[in-house]
Amino acid sequence: MHDTLHLDEPGLVRALQSGDEKVFTAVMDWYSGSLLRLAMSSVPSRAVAEEVVQETWMGVLEGIHRFEGRSSFKTWLFRILTNRAKTRGIRESRYEAFGLSASSTGADEGSSLEDSLFVAEGSGKGHWVDPPQAWEPDTPERVLLSKECRSVIENAIERLPGTQRQVMTLRDIEGVSSEEVCNILEISETNQRVLLHRARTKVRRELALYIQENKT
Amino acid sequence: MDTNFKHKLLGHMAGNFTCREIAQLVTDYLEGSLTFSERVRFQLHLGLCFACRNYLRQMKFTITTLRQLPVEPVPPHVKEELLQRFRAWKRQSPEPAENPEAD
Ligand SMILES: [Zn+2]
Repeated sequence: MHDTLHLDEPGLVRALQSGDEKVFTAVMDWYSGSLLRLAMSSVPSRAVAEEVVQETWMGVLEGIHRFEGRSSFKTWLFRILTNRAKTRGIRESRYEAFGLSASSTGADEGSSLEDSLFVAEGSGKGHWVDPPQAWEPDTPERVLLSKECRSVIENAIERLPGTQRQVMTLRDIEGVSSEEVCNILEISETNQRVLLHRARTKVRRELALYIQENKT
Repeated sequence: MDTNFKHKLLGHMAGNFTCREIAQLVTDYLEGSLTFSERVRFQLHLGLCFACRNYLRQMKFTITTLRQLPVEPVPPHVKEELLQRFRAWKRQSPEPAENPEAD
């Protein structure tokens, strides 16, 4: 995107500081989808998420003169968003503790996450209940890359506890580095990895069920 | 080698990971956060276990698919409103010092 504007990041920031509408529109177009996705993983409804995105851009305008480039512009954006979402979370009483409460991280899950995948007792103890099959190339592309397949994934993500969903959204969907994710969500490296692991394990499982059903 | 034999072999090799442990460590493996010796043991297991190899591939496929999810569409009215707010912000924000109208 920076390329289409012929701007590097400092140039982009300066353009925003000087109130360049063309640059603002382009930057907003480019990042709002990502911001909305992250907002949806942080607040209870799409309507609230859209408001959070708007508040985030207002926060950008308020803070752009102080932006020093210590983090990337994108990280800075995501940080503003998570802060706005937190405030929002308190305002909307439905939304319980944003932080690392057990229900939001799924910390109460412990090692039970893999339980259903392995034989618990007897001679086959510790073996796969249902050994994973190869998805490719046996599964037709129309199944693997279908709209339906994507909605299976989207639904699985929606059911994740809050912080797992945020980590997965940033890491796997937006492609943000683990270091930046820790920075944005203010969590430790280890915590980030545990949350990511839980989220991925669950989403893979949902996908496996769907592919199993549609393989033939 | 048949699968049962492989599993017995894995079971007898001291310090080897079980399939369950592989599933638990798969993210650490992909994130590159295993120690050298864990990594070797992980790969040794994969070399002998078809099911875990598939599991790892499925996990990678899941991650790739996540990366390709379509962008969340932002409704036009949200953008339009933002543009209005941007224009209001621009009118209010202090102009740089070289602006002759400043004083
Ligand atoms: Zn195995």
